[in-house]
Amino acid sequence: MIDLFFNIFPNMAGKGEELLLCTGQTLLMMFISGIISFAIGIVLGITLIVTMKGGILENVVFWTILDKIVNFFRSVPFIIMIALLIPVTRAIVGTAIGTTGAIVPLVFGTAPFFTRQMQAALAEIEKGSIEAAQSMGTSPLGIIFRIYFKESVPQIIRGVTITFISLVGLTAMAGAIGGGGLGDFAIRYGYQRYQTDVTIITVIILVALVTVIQSMGDFIIKKLSH
Amino acid sequence: MPLIELKNLNKTFKTKTSSVRALNDVSLSVEKGDIFGIIGLSGAGKSTLIRCINLLERPDSGGVIIDGEDIIKLGEKEIRQKRKNIGMIFQHFNLFNSRTIAQNIAYPLRYGGLTDEQIENRVKELLEIVGLESKENGYPSQLSGGQKQRVGIARALAANPQILLCDEATSALDPKTTQSILALLKELNKKLGLTIVIVTHEMSVIKAICNKAAIMENGEVIEQGAIFDIFSVPRRKATKDFIATTSNLHKVYDLLEEDSPALHLSKGETLAYFSYIGRAAVESLISTVSVMFDVRINIIFGDLDLIQGMPMGGLIVIIGGTDANKQKTIDYVGQKGVKVEVLKQYD
Ligand SMILES: Nc1ncnc2c1ncn2[C@@H]1O[C@H](COP(=O)(O)OP(=O)(O)OP(=O)(O)O)[C@@H](O)[C@H]1O
Ligand SMILES: [Mg+2]
Repeated sequence: MIDLFFNIFPNMAGKGEELLLCTGQTLLMMFISGIISFAIGIVLGITLIVTMKGGILENVVFWTILDKIVNFFRSVPFIIMIALLIPVTRAIVGTAIGTTGAIVPLVFGTAPFFTRQMQAALAEIEKGSIEAAQSMGTSPLGIIFRIYFKESVPQIIRGVTITFISLVGLTAMAGAIGGGGLGDFAIRYGYQRYQTDVTIITVIILVALVTVIQSMGDFIIKKLSH
Repeated sequence: MPLIELKNLNKTFKTKTSSVRALNDVSLSVEKGDIFGIIGLSGAGKSTLIRCINLLERPDSGGVIIDGEDIIKLGEKEIRQKRKNIGMIFQHFNLFNSRTIAQNIAYPLRYGGLTDEQIENRVKELLEIVGLESKENGYPSQLSGGQKQRVGIARALAANPQILLCDEATSALDPKTTQSILALLKELNKKLGLTIVIVTHEMSVIKAICNKAAIMENGEVIEQGAIFDIFSVPRRKATKDFIATTSNLHKVYDLLEEDSPALHLSKGETLAYFSYIGRAAVESLISTVSVMFDVRINIIFGDLDLIQGMPMGGLIVIIGGTDANKQKTIDYVGQKGVKVEVLKQYD
């Protein structure tokens, strides 16, 4: 069995430990930047929802500015974002390379996307539910927590799933600047040394990762939907 | 002192391209224990008006006086407190889909200083009132429209409000379910002394449960008063049109238009519409006049209803006899308080 594996993927010989390490790095980068982006995304998402025209804390000027900022960061391609952010990254985490150095651009690349996902999730709350809550004397803060967040949990989970899947791609890209992880692994061996079988293994792991995230998301949504 | 008094309310909605005067100097007052209907065509301003009562909509000017206090002058926080005294139900129910039925009903009770046990007991009580005891752990998606509205009512009443606002609460329901929801509202009005304000575009809803009503047209209240007065002496065309929708008698005009065989007359016959209110004895009046004036009276169709316990209705009849006798009949019946309209003569 093992012989067969190394027959098909000869260049994987002796790389097992490194592959494991790189997978760990990818997961770590995803996890940390994912959590931070989620926190930013949900805060900005709800802020956009409540301050938009007709929102419970309508503030069109504030909304317009925030919306433009999110759009700006959304439209910068990730690779350019990484380069652009090098000084910022250094200032924040002390280094612009390695797993730690990748987290800052990952957050900048993911948080705006996350914000839009959260905004879309929260926008699905019907105006009627908000009105019903208002008619029962709920305060704006109460509406945010008891209606917007509570009532859109499945939609939020869906947004989280989509965002984490896109994070898999970004994390691999962050490897291009020596961010470590699976992207780095594939580039060093598969791309630079023409070891295509290594690339294939990396792809298989990434696809498996995406599948696991998607199934987990679907499972939770199914559990929570009524 | 009225429980709800709306004074000279004005509201204009401005969009980039146009402005709509949704409320134009609207005043009305609702006494404690009233079931007050607000009727009008789509866009008349009914929703805007009812939403002013709990300030979901803020009027540009005017007063919203609840129990003697102008709530427009209050701060946000105090307004929220007042809203707990004013329940509201909606056309599309607006239940919280991620919560169970019991959790929906408990919503207004949370963070109100009650213990979990007290909340649970109150929810049980409310489920019983609206007849949904067995559904407490179900989700809104598992309920029919009528059941959803019952949950809406239970939730609106959870905090023991004095007032219940209903915006098209039965418009998404079939006629039979509508009847059962209206019956429930009436029962709550009687049992709890609940004051109810109902917005609708169906006169039959008003006829079924309201004791007072206001008719709205283009942002104005064009007529208001006790139901019986409105039905017996409607002043405005819009009001008459709404009343016509509650009986099948107006169909006679369509039948006339299409020259229906049902209304074909023989020599010496006259087609007439007798309408009456507060008189139960019209049928016996007919046998009286047939004898008195030697006329044949043939009832084509009729409709009788009770408004606030008083009979109201009409008959479409064919009267046969000499011209003089027919005239005597019409005059006599008119003297007895029945309105007579001659629809067609034999020619
Ligand atoms: N938020 C709003 N912005 C702009 N115009 C509005 C708004 N709300 C209501 N209007 C306008 O005000 C008028 C009155 O609306 P309202 O909803 O009170 O009517 P309605 O009598 O309840 O009608 P319907 O029977 O269709 O519910 C309409 O012309 C409507 O288009
Ligand atoms: Mg309306």
